[in-house]
Amino acid sequence: MKAARFDYIRPRTVQEVLDHLAEHGDEAKVIAGGQSLVPTMNVRLAAPAVLIDINHVEELSGIEADKGTLRIGALTRHAEIAASETVAAHAPLLSMAAPWIAHEAIRNRGTFGGSLATADPASEWPACATVLDATIHLVSARGTRQVAAGDFFQGVYETAIEPDELLTHVEIPAIGEGYRAGFSEFARRKGDYASVGVAVQGRVGASGAIGRLLKRGEGRLHDLRIAFFGVAARPMLATAAAAALEEQPLDESTLKAAQEALPTDFTPMEDLYMSSAAKAHLARVLLGRVMTTLYHGEGR
Amino acid sequence: MSEKPPLSVLDRPNSYIGRSVPRPNARRLLAGRGQYPTDMVLPRMVHVAFARSPFAHARIRSIDTEAARAAPGVVAVATGADIARLCKPWVGTLDHFAGMKSPPQYPLAMEKATWQGEPVVAVVAESRAEAEDALELLDIDYEELTPVTDPETALDPATPVIHEDLGDNLCFSSRVDAGDVDAAFADADLVVEEEFHFPRHTGVTLEPRVITADYDPSEERLTAYHGSQTPYQMQDVYARHLGLAEENVRVLCKDLGGAFGIKLHVHGEEMTTCALSMMLGRPVKWVADRLESFVSDIHARDHRVRARMAVTAEGRIVGFDVDDLTGVGPYSVFPRTSAVEGNQVIKLVGAPYAIEHYRAALKVVLQNKNVMSQYRAVGHPIAFAVTESLVDKAAAELDMDPVAIRRANYVPDDAYPYKTASGMAYEQLSLQQSLDRLVEFIDYEGLRREQAQLREKGVYRGIGLGTFVEITAPGAAFYGVGGARISAQDGCSMKLEPSGRVQLAISINELGQGTETIVAQVAATELGVSMEDIRVTTGDTGSTPYGGAAWASRAAAIGSEATVRAARALRENILEVAGAVLQEAPADLDIRDGQIVGRESGEERLSVAEVGRVGYFRPDTLPPDFHPQLSVVRHYAPQGLPFAFTNGIHASYVEVDVETGGVTLLKHWVVEDCGRVLNPKLVEEQARGGVAQGIGMALFEECLYSEEGQLTNASLADYLVPLSSELPDIHVTHVETPTQYSEIGAKGAGEAGTAASPGAIMNAVNDALRPLGARVSAMPMTPERILTALGRI
Ligand SMILES: Cc1cc2nc3c(=O)[nH]c(=O)nc-3n(C[C@H](O)[C@H](O)[C@H](O)COP(=O)(O)OP(=O)(O)OC[C@H]3O[C@@H](n4cnc5c(N)ncnc54)[C@H](O)[C@@H]3O)c2cc1C
Repeated sequence: MKAARFDYIRPRTVQEVLDHLAEHGDEAKVIAGGQSLVPTMNVRLAAPAVLIDINHVEELSGIEADKGTLRIGALTRHAEIAASETVAAHAPLLSMAAPWIAHEAIRNRGTFGGSLATADPASEWPACATVLDATIHLVSARGTRQVAAGDFFQGVYETAIEPDELLTHVEIPAIGEGYRAGFSEFARRKGDYASVGVAVQGRVGASGAIGRLLKRGEGRLHDLRIAFFGVAARPMLATAAAAALEEQPLDESTLKAAQEALPTDFTPMEDLYMSSAAKAHLARVLLGRVMTTLYHGEGR
Repeated sequence: MSEKPPLSVLDRPNSYIGRSVPRPNARRLLAGRGQYPTDMVLPRMVHVAFARSPFAHARIRSIDTEAARAAPGVVAVATGADIARLCKPWVGTLDHFAGMKSPPQYPLAMEKATWQGEPVVAVVAESRAEAEDALELLDIDYEELTPVTDPETALDPATPVIHEDLGDNLCFSSRVDAGDVDAAFADADLVVEEEFHFPRHTGVTLEPRVITADYDPSEERLTAYHGSQTPYQMQDVYARHLGLAEENVRVLCKDLGGAFGIKLHVHGEEMTTCALSMMLGRPVKWVADRLESFVSDIHARDHRVRARMAVTAEGRIVGFDVDDLTGVGPYSVFPRTSAVEGNQVIKLVGAPYAIEHYRAALKVVLQNKNVMSQYRAVGHPIAFAVTESLVDKAAAELDMDPVAIRRANYVPDDAYPYKTASGMAYEQLSLQQSLDRLVEFIDYEGLRREQAQLREKGVYRGIGLGTFVEITAPGAAFYGVGGARISAQDGCSMKLEPSGRVQLAISINELGQGTETIVAQVAATELGVSMEDIRVTTGDTGSTPYGGAAWASRAAAIGSEATVRAARALRENILEVAGAVLQEAPADLDIRDGQIVGRESGEERLSVAEVGRVGYFRPDTLPPDFHPQLSVVRHYAPQGLPFAFTNGIHASYVEVDVETGGVTLLKHWVVEDCGRVLNPKLVEEQARGGVAQGIGMALFEECLYSEEGQLTNASLADYLVPLSSELPDIHVTHVETPTQYSEIGAKGAGEAGTAASPGAIMNAVNDALRPLGARVSAMPMTPERILTALGRI
């Protein structure tokens, strides 16, 4: 199929983008890497009258770390994140997840902001952003606002972005001392969207400042944030599973308790190839695997 | 005069036969200079797009085309009735399939749409995009009817009949009954049985189906640039169904981006495109997009097979009893029908084994899903997955090694000629030799040791074998005898250029499998010139001899025979001229390295170019009434038995993650015997590509239909084909048992990779799962199915 007819605009600055968005409203769509938008246009599931190409808006790209915050521009490509030492140092979860996104060619084009704005329920970045408690920066001719990742993802391909808004960048608190990240995914083929995936970050060590001083409660899990993707309309924080592990060492019984808490957190929705029961089973298996590597220090 | 018989093509000096020479056309294709039908652009060309039925079964109440006709760029809008005025319907039956039924099929749906995706209205516009814009303006009023989607209930009285004139939904049924099956099963020490499911999948050619039809009303000539593996068959079909003179229809297809059997069937879109070109007097182009391919390219497989096998306590296989139910689309596909695959399944189960008692029943039923027909390895992957799975099951129950049970039961290498219980005649197979080769090739004992060691560490690996016997290079037995106008023979013409180089034109064509390389190898060898001196033309009914082209693994086997005959005739004619020039007996001369030489002495006498110069420009220097015959044509029809059976065996080594149900393919091996190996590299590439498709069937590919008959995964985002990352290393080796019925002895090699790989992989997965008491018998073997078999979900 061929895309329906559209106009194409190539602005150079965020201000120009916002002006066009304000002018065309619902009729317009921003195009970043085009890796999700172009396929949907080519099957006429999307037929925007105007395409606003942001690939030449330089201020939207780039990775910076400053005062405990990692800032990733919306136009930063998946491949840049995968290769970035700054990202590896401040948000290792993203470095672990990047190779799971699609294929090399798509990672070279696809963008961080585009992926968050797409909000595919089986995609990696939204789950990572949720675990990392990222702040998503949106701007429009009406002004700027910030949305926490937990509030940003609202449903299948649904986010908090208004039609006239542009996602400019994301701020992520840098990983703290003693914290580790873990990532695991099951997909039918290499590069496919996940059947089920899990992203985790948490601390392994003693409890509290005094504990640390007295070396009390070494080898326990703290402050875990676990998000599953591919199981629901948006990334699901597994708070019950995390609670079952909080302040515990990882052993067979705590892991089992966490796995058994998963049904409290979510009942997976089936997809074309996998039933809810199979996804629930895979979620348990992946939780076991990701926690085991994280706990034993193989995670970063 | 010399007494020695002339050298055969196989032992001529500087032979190219059996050598892995690279493809002469590779440079052109890699340089982006391929001439695929998709690339075709003609002056005044317009584009057609199709409105397709959104329902699996619906009455078409009315079609309002007014708004579409008025849309920008639109040149014409045609309904089923409009096209039917120009194109006669076709019926997909063959006379030798007794009792087979299928209704007349029109290019576009007439009163009823019978599958989701059936083309209903054609819109022609200046660009494809404009045609698609106009499609959105069509108003087609459908009345939904109950769809028939489950083959198991297709024949129930309560199920609607898709075509009332047929009386029921049965397309074809057949039985084979040999020996005394009931007694054999009653006496058996062990009976193993299983119900297998092989769902639909499809071909996914890299280049989709495509045609540019160019009708010239001044001469009533149709030129079709059609992505087809069977240009001559299509010449006949276009002529008959569009009411044109056969000699006024020319079908061209130089390069082709994959075919796999998809591109030899008659589909409504190509017929409509030709009719539109006649209607408009302009070139009309249609290229399927991927979404259209999924709902309109023929689908394949869809079998439910119940099978049982009787065995003695010593592991002697005595009989098979097979029941195959296959659901095809609402029409049997023209002209090869939708019954050949099932018909092959019920002949091929048990084919490698010496058994006397054999019973098989086939039912082919119609349903409201996309049409279904032959795809690479027609029936074989089904038959051998069933056979080899039962053999492994019996081995496990009897505590025998899978290699040992096969060795004990194969038709022995010294038992030929041999006729199977299902009636197939084998000239000579090498099943035992191939098995011995495999055991060594894969270090079977070593693999078994590794498997046992890893199992102790909780790693579940499996080794699976898959034997095949394959029907290749058919004569007229498939189609000609059933009344289909499909050539069983092929022809090759050769012309010496004045330069001393050679133009060769042949009716077998290039689908990417290397045909042009093979014929150049054979021609150069027999002529005594270098391969670089041969130019090959294929894929043009207007400038090549008439023939069957490329299907059923026939191109190399049949084409090489036509080529060697043409090359010999041309050599003899060249030597006649040389003899006249040199005033020597032609029989005392030969051609080597492009030079006329003394046959005994090898002494260079004259170049072939000099023969060309004299023959064309100075015939006055030759004896009176001597007319140099420097162009020849020869045809070859397969001889001897109806089919050239090949054989071989695959092995698959897999690891199953028993927690996730994921399967990792570690390695795959193929031992194949396609008779004379003309070019080992090309045969190996055929095997590898075929294995990749078999991997798709075993682990990934499935056309998912809802109960309403909607194809729910009709895009490459959702329909999973294996990617390079999923493919293991595939190792291939050859055993050579040339057929004695032809001069060179090549049989077919195009489908061996697909024929047994799914069965080998299924056996490997089940071997890995065996210690856990789990077993899968449905493909693709998805994580869902494996986890279910393991009782984890
Ligand atoms: C074969 C294939 C496999 C894939 N597999 C995966 C996978 O495994 N995991 C995965 O996560 N992704 C996968 N993807 C998707 C890929 O990651 C995309 O790059 C990503 O989802 C979208 O990013 P983009 O920059 O290409 O966005 P585009 O396609 O350009 O845009 C997507 C949407 O986001 C909007 N948008 C883009 N940027 C902004 C912005 N700055 N502000 C506001 N709105 C914006 C657009 O308007 C559009 O609606 C795959 C894609 C393909 C083609």
